[in-house]
Amino acid sequence: MSEFQNIQEEQKAEEKEYTTLNLGPTHPATHGIFQNVLQMDGEIIRDAVPTIGYIHRAFEKLAERRPYAQITVLTDRLNYCSSPINNMGWEMTVEKLLNVKLPKRVEHMRVVIMELARIADHIICNSVVGVDTGALTGFTYIFQWREKIYEIFEDICGARLTTNIGRIGGFERQWPDKVWAKIDDFLKKFPKILKEFESLLMRNRIFMDRTIGAGPIKPERALEYGFTGPNLRAAGLDYDVRVTNPYSSYEDFKFDIPIGKEGDVYDRFMVREHEMWQSLSIIEQAMKMIDRKEPVFHADVPDFFLPPKEKVYNDMEALIYHFKIVMGEMDIPVGNVYHAVEGGNGELGFYLESDGGRTPYRLHFRRPCFIYYQAYPELIKGSMLSDAILTMSSMNVIAGELDA
Amino acid sequence: MAVLTPEQTMALHDEVLAALKGKFGEGILSSSCEYDFPVFVVDKDIMHDVLVFVKETPSLNYHFLTTMCAMNYPEKTGNEFAMMYQLHNMPENKRIRFKTFIPEQKLEIATITDIWPAANWMERQEYDFFGVNFIGHPNLIRILNMEDITFFPMRKDFALEDPTRDDKNDSMFGR
Amino acid sequence: MAKSPEGLEGPGFFLTSMEKAVGLARKNSIWPLPFATSCCGIEFMATMASHYDLGRFGSERLSFSPRQADLLMVMGTIAKKMGPVLKQVYEQMAEPRWVLSMGACASSGGIFDTYSVLQGIDRIIPVDVYIPGCPPRPEQVIEGLMKIQDLVGNESLRRRNSPEYKSLMNKYGIE
Repeated sequence: MSEFQNIQEEQKAEEKEYTTLNLGPTHPATHGIFQNVLQMDGEIIRDAVPTIGYIHRAFEKLAERRPYAQITVLTDRLNYCSSPINNMGWEMTVEKLLNVKLPKRVEHMRVVIMELARIADHIICNSVVGVDTGALTGFTYIFQWREKIYEIFEDICGARLTTNIGRIGGFERQWPDKVWAKIDDFLKKFPKILKEFESLLMRNRIFMDRTIGAGPIKPERALEYGFTGPNLRAAGLDYDVRVTNPYSSYEDFKFDIPIGKEGDVYDRFMVREHEMWQSLSIIEQAMKMIDRKEPVFHADVPDFFLPPKEKVYNDMEALIYHFKIVMGEMDIPVGNVYHAVEGGNGELGFYLESDGGRTPYRLHFRRPCFIYYQAYPELIKGSMLSDAILTMSSMNVIAGELDA
Repeated sequence: MAVLTPEQTMALHDEVLAALKGKFGEGILSSSCEYDFPVFVVDKDIMHDVLVFVKETPSLNYHFLTTMCAMNYPEKTGNEFAMMYQLHNMPENKRIRFKTFIPEQKLEIATITDIWPAANWMERQEYDFFGVNFIGHPNLIRILNMEDITFFPMRKDFALEDPTRDDKNDSMFGR
Repeated sequence: MAKSPEGLEGPGFFLTSMEKAVGLARKNSIWPLPFATSCCGIEFMATMASHYDLGRFGSERLSFSPRQADLLMVMGTIAKKMGPVLKQVYEQMAEPRWVLSMGACASSGGIFDTYSVLQGIDRIIPVDVYIPGCPPRPEQVIEGLMKIQDLVGNESLRRRNSPEYKSLMNKYGIE
């Protein structure tokens, strides 16, 4: 009897009864394995409890057991949509620890690769926002051009997605001639494609109605939640690591930081869209600065730079250095260093603690996704279920980076 | 402003240290410059107050929590664990780092989720990895690993490899 | 157009065995369930998109409901936390069902020999085709799918009723 009374009283206290909906972890609309237990009032979300960790791979623990050169491989798999940025972020962290200064040409080459990776990242995010509003055309159309970027990566390093591009101290080899031709071709043709992609969505009435006002966040709140990158800029704050703490000679380039106003899905889409244009302009500037005939592709630091294979087989010294580096017998200074790069999703930081051993003593990744995804319940409270999906895809939450 | 020069880092270090010493005195145990970061080692009992102070004081205004993480030093008796907090003053583009040591017997520290909501998951992650108990955290449960595991995987004494694998014969690897 | 199987042909009729006709139909309209968790999922997106176009092999219709899917494509790392979910998805699929394991992580744990990663999905569900690579190229994915097509096309209609198949399922604890 008393139990029955309790139930009755509970119902009275809470006039509305909410439906519990389990979204994920294998839900097709969530683009990855994110689980959210939603409290639904009809079509309106009242509360959400996210669960993460479904692909926790223990990067930080693994990094404590790997020599420095082998950690580049792990960083590939953080934000796998733009792995070259992660690779180079890690390499620059180690270079900072070792006090290695790179030649300008190499730094500019890195900028070209990083900006290409940024375009590749934003292509995925923006085209998937299009898919979630029901426009598959843009996705199939622009994805062909992502393949072109892959081809460029492939010609440089041999891999498409998980690139492991570059080495500590520069690039692994001189870029082949066809890479230059491919980048030129990309710069010439891609603007037209991007424009077409934009005209498909940007002023599309349906797209605008779906996205404007969905999942907004105020700039103050975004800062408290640790937002960085395009999501913070969409909220109206012009924080960009490339400008505030320039790395890899970003200070040589002139580019704008696009910002939004409302911090909603549409603004995030627009910020990414404009960033692609800025990236194109940066690549163009860099291509003008780079002397294509110059043979320099790495810093002159034989202690740390893994020598090219043909040298290893023919040169005694190179063989010794190769052996030392591969076995992790480098002279690593003791110290703590933090280095941040502007990844596809925001400030990707590497906090590295070295005790002079062959592996890092502690390596902590500041993963932008992990930090801003915790604001997701707040963003979707009070919105429709379909907007929640849209908010997630526009935030560009990448499972690999989220769960590390 | 590019990466700080050693002189600029030192100047920033002196500026923040003066403010901290004025307020907390002996609570600031030591300080140094590591690459382009001023680092302050703080007593763990006042860590929370220090962070509130540098956030709320207008002349300092370190309003953005960049990241935080825990560390394990098994050989440092009495200071087996450490927490690192990294703050950012975005308008003036200044970054500082705090570090505090915690003994293994009393592995707990005040939560900072009341200062930054962003610290919520970061603290849960460090609890998951190291077992650091954040006092006052609203929902201190495991975040990345399964809830039913009993170990703290990032501690130095925990083995990395999956224990269920039987196809890895160590004699093949020369170990 | 798919090649017709061996059989008797004449004006207005074509005669072949039931098994071959069913195999032909099944193999050219495989509905895959993409169980994409990480990096391999992005490469699968490339395979599905216009450049490689999996639709050429009759598999453009992704079935996100396990109950209507023929082929479970497991792409990416499966953590131990995810293992039960994967098994449940497999159990929900109707017979006949096939499993394709894409990438090193799904096949063997890959580079992630850690406490949190399942060392190969064949520890919890039976796998028909493995695709090596980290991640595999789209061409490899297509080849893997063609291997699945071979299996599907040549499978005996009675295989799923055989005691060998039952004992295989029992080995994994699937009724």
